[in-house]
Amino acid sequence: MSEAALPPLETTGPRFGIKKPEQRHDMQGDMSDNERIAIAMRHFVRDFGAVAATWMESCVHCGMCAEACHFYVQTGDPKYTPIWKIEPFKQAYKREISPFSFFIRALNLKPKVTADELEQWQELIYDSCTMCGRCTMICPMGIDIAALVGLARHGMNKAGLVPHELWAAAQRAEQEGSPLGATAKVFQERVEWMGDEAEVEMHMNLDEADVLVTMSSIEIQKYPQSIAAVAKVLNHLGMRWTFRSDGYEATNFGLLSGNADWQKDMSMKLIDAAIRCKAKLLLLPECGHAYSAMRWAGANAYGKPLPFKVRHISEFLGEHIADGSLRVKKGLDTTVTFHDPCQVARRGGVFDPPRVALEALGAEVREMKDNRGMSWCCGGGGGVISIHRADELRYKAFEIKMRQVDETRAEKLVVSCANCRLSFDDSQKHFHWDKTAQSLLELVADNLAD
Amino acid sequence: MDLLNIARGPALQWSLVVFAVGVVWRLAGILLLARKPDYTEPRSTNTWGGAVRMIVSRTWSKREFLDRTAFAQTIGYVFHIGLAIVVFGFVPHILFIRSLTGLGWPGLPSGIIYVTGALTLAALAAALVRRLTNPVLRLLSNVDDYFSWLVTVAPVATGLVAVAHLGARYETLLAVHIFSVCLLLAWLPFGKLMHSFLVFISRGTTGALLARKGASI
Repeated sequence: MSEAALPPLETTGPRFGIKKPEQRHDMQGDMSDNERIAIAMRHFVRDFGAVAATWMESCVHCGMCAEACHFYVQTGDPKYTPIWKIEPFKQAYKREISPFSFFIRALNLKPKVTADELEQWQELIYDSCTMCGRCTMICPMGIDIAALVGLARHGMNKAGLVPHELWAAAQRAEQEGSPLGATAKVFQERVEWMGDEAEVEMHMNLDEADVLVTMSSIEIQKYPQSIAAVAKVLNHLGMRWTFRSDGYEATNFGLLSGNADWQKDMSMKLIDAAIRCKAKLLLLPECGHAYSAMRWAGANAYGKPLPFKVRHISEFLGEHIADGSLRVKKGLDTTVTFHDPCQVARRGGVFDPPRVALEALGAEVREMKDNRGMSWCCGGGGGVISIHRADELRYKAFEIKMRQVDETRAEKLVVSCANCRLSFDDSQKHFHWDKTAQSLLELVADNLAD
Repeated sequence: MDLLNIARGPALQWSLVVFAVGVVWRLAGILLLARKPDYTEPRSTNTWGGAVRMIVSRTWSKREFLDRTAFAQTIGYVFHIGLAIVVFGFVPHILFIRSLTGLGWPGLPSGIIYVTGALTLAALAAALVRRLTNPVLRLLSNVDDYFSWLVTVAPVATGLVAVAHLGARYETLLAVHIFSVCLLLAWLPFGKLMHSFLVFISRGTTGALLARKGASI
């Protein structure tokens, strides 16, 4: 695919995203196989520090990680064993940088990774890993396999071995500022539209504000009511806040596709915008990986501590409800189950605030069998929902979630991640399921006390 | 020099040298790699607490995983605990350790050691059968897995044979047992048996990183 041509968007289908390619193009750029391998290995090895090396050295091949992975549990196919997903990279690590690499190379104890292997592993590194980190919770050696998959994606991206839709979305984000066509112009129009529609005061491009509010392109394009919801909440709190057309898109397809340079570009847009308007808080939307990218990597892209706080909208809501500054009605007089987005909860440490918000709304929270840090992924994270060829596998993984939601017998299902919500919506349609995922933010906004 | 003296003398000394140099080399090769600074705002600064918590708590499976991992965990517990009891509870082993380090402690009755040794052997056999038959383990396994299994089993098996005086003179059986220990010591730094050291470093590292985020440990 040419780097200049932007991929077509699918805007009318049940799932919003990059249009499904008629023919698969899962290689980018013109390179020989040898060049691809050399680049993949070089970039993979370059990422290695003491932490990743510790994990690479520690695996005892016990296979327990398979039992935590929704893709393995649902298919029984051993290739979905999490640690197996990084096998070529483990091989490269052992050959190139491990403490005994000189022996290994001299005696050829680990063969060089081949182009065929990397192509085969594309499915394992992208289609069948949401980087949910559940495998990290079972590993008796404490290996953070999800983090290693993230590093492996860097090498794959540099070698041009990214699934078409994910690469295309990332390219669109880098060039246009949004992976799903939510350009600055589209965003401003949507903000105006939602301001009129919901009769809520919007603030756009203020020179100075205490809070810079960001959105995810999924919300902007598919769930624009979230724009009105966040405005209502911040107005209710009497905060000085703004949207900025130079920094609004919180999704980070650089991170998902494994392009570390683009990841940094995307993070820096938000950071620069927040600094420009002298924000004290950068508020992230209901998006899991946006939280990972900015909360746990943003300052590292910046190269020093950020001059503002970074918070996910669910922790912001919970904290302000808990301290009494955000007053809500008990308008949700029903039973609710809450889906913990992996990147916000298990990987991000936000567990109680959404539950505080739901209880303040009058809901009786019924926990799923596996919840909080042990929650099962919706199957669509890590960019998987954007990969069409992974649909069947994703639906299989989703069956666990569907079963656990049904077991609670709760009336409502609530999420705090637009990507999860999209995954729930798409799977709901696929399975003709009777549960619709609702946004925590929108429920709070709909129940603000007068 | 007879076989037993070779085993007790140069074989053991050289295997201890390989063990010590190998362990230090491997640990240094990992730990001296670069560490990127983390400028993000921590949710918790008690990262040492997180490290300790994970080192301790990952010793047992989380409730949510128990039904899927009970068999493998049970085998693992039996042979790990069994090995510890046999190595550190058998009086001749304690005397040997005392001769090397000056440290000693009371031993367990020999009967307990023999039963434990047999159970350990049975658990190791079950672990091998599982590795050979479980599709996930078959896919993951390589030469290191099988060789490491062999060098772990060998000292237990030869030790039991030696104390039972089976098949040869006791001195010969003891020499074979010590050779098997030498092989174990010399191999440990190069393969997966190094997890006896890395388990603390790996769990501790991840525990510290996750604690910093307030994430699940």
